Amino acid sequence: MYFIRRILFAIPLLLVISALAFTLVHLAPGGPFDSERKPASPIVEQNIKAKYHLDEPVWKQYGRYLGDLLHGDFGASLKYQNHSINDIIAQGLPVSMLLGGLAFCIAIGVGIPLGFLAAVRRGGWQDYGGSFAALLAVCVPSFVIAPFLILIFAMKLKWLPVGLWITPWHMVLPSITLGAYFIGKVARILREGMLEAAQSEFVTAARAKGLGETALLLKHALRIALLPVVSYSGPMLADLLTGSFVVENIFQIPGIGVFLVNSSLNLDYTVVVSLSLLYAILLIGLNLAVDFAYTLMDPRVKYE
Amino acid sequence: MPFAKRARRIFRRARFLLCLATVAAAFGCTRHEPPADLVIINNVEPESLDPAVIVAQADMRIVSGMFEGLTRLEPVEARAVPGLAERWDISPDGKIYTFHLRTNLLWSTGEPITSADVVYSWIRALDPKTACRYVEQLYYLKNAEDFNAGKITNADLVGVSAPDKYTVRAELKAPTAFFIDLCAFQTLAVVPRQTIEKYGDHWLRAKPLPVSGAFELVSWRLNDKIRLKKNPYYWDATNTQSEIIDLLPVGSPTTALNLYERGQADVVWDKELIPSSLVDVLLKRPDFHKFNYLGTYFVRFNVTKKPFDDPRVRQALALAVDKERITKRITRAGEQPAENLVPPGTQNYHSPPGLGHDPDRARKLLAEAGYPGGNGFPRFEYLFNASPIHEKIAVELQQMWRDELGIDMELRQMETQVFWGMQQRLEYQMSKSSWAGDYNDANTFLGMFVTGGGNNETGWSNPRYDELIAAANNELDVAKREKLFQQAETILVHDDAPIIPLYVYLGISYFDTNKVAGIWPNVLDDHPLQSLRKIKPNK
Repeated sequence: MYFIRRILFAIPLLLVISALAFTLVHLAPGGPFDSERKPASPIVEQNIKAKYHLDEPVWKQYGRYLGDLLHGDFGASLKYQNHSINDIIAQGLPVSMLLGGLAFCIAIGVGIPLGFLAAVRRGGWQDYGGSFAALLAVCVPSFVIAPFLILIFAMKLKWLPVGLWITPWHMVLPSITLGAYFIGKVARILREGMLEAAQSEFVTAARAKGLGETALLLKHALRIALLPVVSYSGPMLADLLTGSFVVENIFQIPGIGVFLVNSSLNLDYTVVVSLSLLYAILLIGLNLAVDFAYTLMDPRVKYE
Repeated sequence: MPFAKRARRIFRRARFLLCLATVAAAFGCTRHEPPADLVIINNVEPESLDPAVIVAQADMRIVSGMFEGLTRLEPVEARAVPGLAERWDISPDGKIYTFHLRTNLLWSTGEPITSADVVYSWIRALDPKTACRYVEQLYYLKNAEDFNAGKITNADLVGVSAPDKYTVRAELKAPTAFFIDLCAFQTLAVVPRQTIEKYGDHWLRAKPLPVSGAFELVSWRLNDKIRLKKNPYYWDATNTQSEIIDLLPVGSPTTALNLYERGQADVVWDKELIPSSLVDVLLKRPDFHKFNYLGTYFVRFNVTKKPFDDPRVRQALALAVDKERITKRITRAGEQPAENLVPPGTQNYHSPPGLGHDPDRARKLLAEAGYPGGNGFPRFEYLFNASPIHEKIAVELQQMWRDELGIDMELRQMETQVFWGMQQRLEYQMSKSSWAGDYNDANTFLGMFVTGGGNNETGWSNPRYDELIAAANNELDVAKREKLFQQAETILVHDDAPIIPLYVYLGISYFDTNKVAGIWPNVLDDHPLQSLRKIKPNK
């Protein structure tokens, strides 16, 4: 019941988000068809505006947009006139999702062992080394990591391509770049969770009962320590799956992240609104999934 | 709690499976396509591939390979030569052009291309519903402007007709010396009527897509690549040098350079795609090529507002600029400082002397205008769009005017899209500007500053200037026409000075001449795709 209510509540929320995005982008100065070359006459300008209904009041345009949306049609891009937004999403989202999925795997696959190790060897060199690496991964932005990786692995060693999105080899550097921040984040969250769990009473009790240290940490402490990582996974996945402007730009990857940023620079009204909605849907959906996962993982959590 | 336990196990397994699925997807997404003969980096994703929609030069480079007009540009000097038309006659008054089409013209789908297709394509571009942004290229036809403005609704009144299957008759408003060049321009290219009528705005995604040019569209993936394949039905197909060409939409100079250096691209052919911090180093290499280009970087004044309503003030500011300092310190590719709007190398034209660099005269003029030593000169703003080069130039100008004239300028940076709108609405005092020639003739530069011209954007108007431009465009004699244009340009850059030309752009491209053939440097920076060829290494 609880989840059904939440899904129903998401609908007005999405409406508000789309209305806000629509108004804000129309309030921005300039218009999608301002360019270096002015149309030859005001008539041409009028013709363009009429073609895309930009001459109508904003509320009417919004109504038209919602109407199309009900039919599953996000409308046409104002900038890329030969492509519908459905097209843009259909081409870009799978690529971004794949890149995000790979980065997620790397974040979880590297971040959890790293955080675990740091917590278990607390105060040892593993802790300092691991924590330092995690801190570095969180602090150094991807536009620094990417050129660094490209320089070493693509230009000097010539092991991997510098960009494009063709074979799995092309995906290695971008996934690492995108995942790096989240490795650090996951490692830090897990380390803290582990330390907290290690001090909790049930761990002390288990230890008093004579349970082996390995079994204790892996079976009992880790399970509790993972909970914050799970709750962080929702927004993280939403972030990862909608792509990254920086990574997609540097590696020349045909994902949706580039559109998310460029559409607002180009004032491509319909694309801005549609992609904001898409992002909102993913965020709401994944948060819901996380809460659902919580009920499965933690017997203390119950939703009525 | 058996359910919870099972669920937990399922959850853990689900996450494992997600990771596995992602990795599997990574392998599954590997595309299996034959490699291209040639990979070209072509600047950002094209807005469109519709000849009547595009405005950017990068887009035109692709489209000119797909759709051809009555004439086309040859690759060496980018002069207009016969395209779909094999020859033409011009009436003695220079107003009626009769084009004779080749009789072996076919769409890539095998149907014949006829004169009716040419008429349809031009009328379509002029149709107000098409909302073509470059439509002024067709305004030279009789009644074309009125038709585009909706004042005439009968397309038959427009000065283009098809007397028979292989003849196109164009009737112009005035003799237009560069009309043959215009016929090679993308807006006038021949497009497939039936496909357009069937698919509307999405006609370019139709399969098969009939094309009139040397290449067919194989695939078009946004921000990924455009793949073209030789059109066997093209009239000159025997001279098309490559079978498959990939064009990559890359906007970042660093990425472009990396891809090129690593051998993932053969040619990078846009002057914007060279990292500006490395330009002087890279240009020393043999695979980096620079050449004269019909483009000028200049500054616009808004002459409708004080203090720039006074020509003496504008002249003073122009005289105080040391343009060499800008090209030596900032652009650094070896650009020529400009005194004129029309770049050197323009066909049949040589610019008259401009204002030059003379700080003493500048101070005198400023004093005459009522601001001795810059006293009492109002603070003003310089508007430019976000880019490192524009910013550096703005700072340099600011310093020169402060040092030489004692006046203070504030800098105002705007997002590009917003910047253009502000410039058009004259919401500025002084602004960064540039212009690239659409065709090789002085009119493409001087024509834009006539009173009320769409791209004038200064509020400046001079009846004498308008008369001279009109007279030049009615003149058939090349030498007399040049004189008229020179008089006009003197008014523009010397007497009235609503603009300050700063430097002439250079075209820059990079490719290894031992590996790629068929690209010649020319002032329009135009390189027809059909002449490009990868040189096969000798075995």
